[in-house]
Amino acid sequence: MTDSVLSSPLRDRIDMLRDPRLLRRALPAVSLAAILIAIFLINDRAMSYRGLDLMLKYAVPIAFATIAQMFILTVNDLDLSIGAFVGLVACIAGTWLVDQPVLCVLILAGCVASYAAVGALIHVRRLPSIVVTLGMSFVWLGIAVILMPTPGGTVPEWLKGLMSWKPPLIPFPIVACAAIALVAHVLLMESSYGAVLRGAGGNATAIDRAGWSLLRIRMSMYALAGFFGVLSGLSLIGLTTSPDAHIADRYTLLSIAGVILGGGEFVGGRVSPIGAVIGAVTLTLTGSFLIFMRISPDWQIGAQGAVLIVVLALRALIKLREGR
Amino acid sequence: MLHATEKIVSLSGMTKSFGAVRALAKVDLTVGVGECLGLVGHNGAGKSTLINLLAGTLAPDGGEIRISGQAQPAGYGVRRASALGIRCVFQELSLCPNLSVAENTRIYHKSLRGWGWRGSAAELIRRGLDEIFPGHGISPHATVGDLPIGDRQMVEIARAFTVTDSPTRLVILDEPTSSLDAVAGKQLLTYVRKLVAEGGSCLLTSHLLGDILDYCDRVVVMKDGGVVADRPAVEFDRESLVAAMGNVVSDARIKAHARVTAQRGAMPVVVKAVPKLQADQAALVAHKGEIIGLAGLAGHGQTRLLLQIFEAAGQTRADTNAAGPVALVAGDRQNDGVLHLWSIARNISVRSMRSLVNMGLIDGAAEAALASKWRERIRIRTPDIDNNILSLSGGNQQKVLFARALGSDAGIILMDDPMRGVDVGTKLEVYELIRAEAEAGRTFIWYTTEIEELNNCDHVYVMRDGQIVADIARAELTEEKVLQASFREGAQT
Repeated sequence: MTDSVLSSPLRDRIDMLRDPRLLRRALPAVSLAAILIAIFLINDRAMSYRGLDLMLKYAVPIAFATIAQMFILTVNDLDLSIGAFVGLVACIAGTWLVDQPVLCVLILAGCVASYAAVGALIHVRRLPSIVVTLGMSFVWLGIAVILMPTPGGTVPEWLKGLMSWKPPLIPFPIVACAAIALVAHVLLMESSYGAVLRGAGGNATAIDRAGWSLLRIRMSMYALAGFFGVLSGLSLIGLTTSPDAHIADRYTLLSIAGVILGGGEFVGGRVSPIGAVIGAVTLTLTGSFLIFMRISPDWQIGAQGAVLIVVLALRALIKLREGR
Repeated sequence: MLHATEKIVSLSGMTKSFGAVRALAKVDLTVGVGECLGLVGHNGAGKSTLINLLAGTLAPDGGEIRISGQAQPAGYGVRRASALGIRCVFQELSLCPNLSVAENTRIYHKSLRGWGWRGSAAELIRRGLDEIFPGHGISPHATVGDLPIGDRQMVEIARAFTVTDSPTRLVILDEPTSSLDAVAGKQLLTYVRKLVAEGGSCLLTSHLLGDILDYCDRVVVMKDGGVVADRPAVEFDRESLVAAMGNVVSDARIKAHARVTAQRGAMPVVVKAVPKLQADQAALVAHKGEIIGLAGLAGHGQTRLLLQIFEAAGQTRADTNAAGPVALVAGDRQNDGVLHLWSIARNISVRSMRSLVNMGLIDGAAEAALASKWRERIRIRTPDIDNNILSLSGGNQQKVLFARALGSDAGIILMDDPMRGVDVGTKLEVYELIRAEAEAGRTFIWYTTEIEELNNCDHVYVMRDGQIVADIARAELTEEKVLQASFREGAQT
């Protein structure tokens, strides 16, 4: 009897808000909003075109790296070399992009191909991805250090110009992040082959039995990761102007954290490109938040860890309700 | 030649070995156009291997595969099989849990691509589901992992029947009804008959012999990697089919079991549970030494009630109490039961680990003793108890799960439809063991989707919509009563 007091559309809407699945999907956006609000409360000047532009500058390369990591996580692997790889790309581009652009593009294409080859190796030899990519991280870093022992190199003007472009109304990092999320979303979530790619993470046997090549799927995922890694490296040097081999070492763990923060899971092919980009942005903002709080940036990694723990704890709570 | 064209499939001299184990020895099998062929046999008789060869997921060591009269070259695989119209529903679910129903359909059909593929896939599977399982209530956009196991099975079956670029000529159904409730199972088999009448073909394996006898035109019986009988279904009955499979014990033994229930109430109550959704105060009550059956359509709260009792182990709560330790025998073996990386012995001993500890370390000798005791008692067929659990056939894996529960200190054993996809021989062995343990004072609460199994129980509760709707004593138990209670419409609120 008491149920009929509320009109049914309203009750439906309330029920919908309590639906754990919806809550889980909304969690990344809610955590981003929470940290943004905290920043605006501390410093209202941050709530401006210029403020957002400055705070989110580095979100672009991190978002690219996070999407790269997400492709690997989709097939239940983990890439511990993405940071070193982004650093290598930065060094390659810093060395050749201005003087010999064609050669540079060829080399970067070779980098993507070698990522695909790593994927093939992992698949064919049934090796644990963690071991192979950890090994590869030293290879990438080694090449980068040989190429550029000290920070230096040159960055083409067009790249610097692009990264500091000021479009009307909406700051460039937001536009870029939205575009990255959209492209990755269409690739993985909307395209028909994307369903097959995600399916390989959910139940590889089923995909195999339906007649798809798991080798090709894994190679595609690693190649996509390599491609987004290249974009991450290029966008990064557009911002820093002087590349060095260690420039992106932190990106490996940051990218994993970003995917997980965005609602992705380590196994089972459950990932969300939009969530991953939101996760990357949230982690970037944590750094700015500390600066506004006048806390030393040394605490940044710790703070990012704290954000991760809080969000994962919330997710666990939602899951608990879902199970009921 | 004319004879050959009437056959959709003819296999001759199929041979397959896995290491030293010969799974198939020169097997011949044909399926005619417009025929429903039943394939029966123990777990480990070679049915699954034969099906995998036909579906192209395994390559034979020798023999010839002819499809529609054409000999298939050595490279015969899934793609070729599917292009020739052979579809297979495997026993273990082969859906991707992280994808939606529509996306899982897309994976099956290469031609669903380009703009609007999602819509076409959703439409395709929706139509398929509507046709086979009217009133299924499954949304094409639901994530498969969120669906109950019965719904997942329906999706998988409906997907196999959907048609895009290549026609469906032969559908292989490997234990299709094991996760379906009685209604959905019947809907499926009725649909299969309709398809066969229209000139399609079907290869059906089932441990529900009634399904085989009622719905198949011809029955092939396999044993130890070979065909031992191949006759029209009408020439078989239950007894002769069981006999052909090599089971000495027959169904009659189950029916002979009619324990006196007049004594109900004489022993102390060990479990009392009111389902969470129960509107009145009806409760499940189990006395010491009883076998209590939980019946009803699949997914109507039986598993939830078992878990409610499991969580209340040794406690007295408002709605549930269970006196003493409880053990659960999982029905969804792969997800809830078997520890894939462990040995058979460790899979048995894990529930009793606490009593096997010596100075803080696992007592290896005691563990081995426990494992080999149960290997003998429940007859787990393995050369070495330290082999990996996955080296066993499905039925034997289930026996391990029984051994895990029965080998523990638990006086209350909960069983979550444990006989899913288990062969008749194993079932009869386990029934006997359950009865012996009950006589010795253990209490069993047994959820089953096979009405026949309720004959083993002393008392039966039927559940519908999460509530207990009928309470039937052994003496009054009939199939009709159970079915009636399962389907009664809106009598209560």
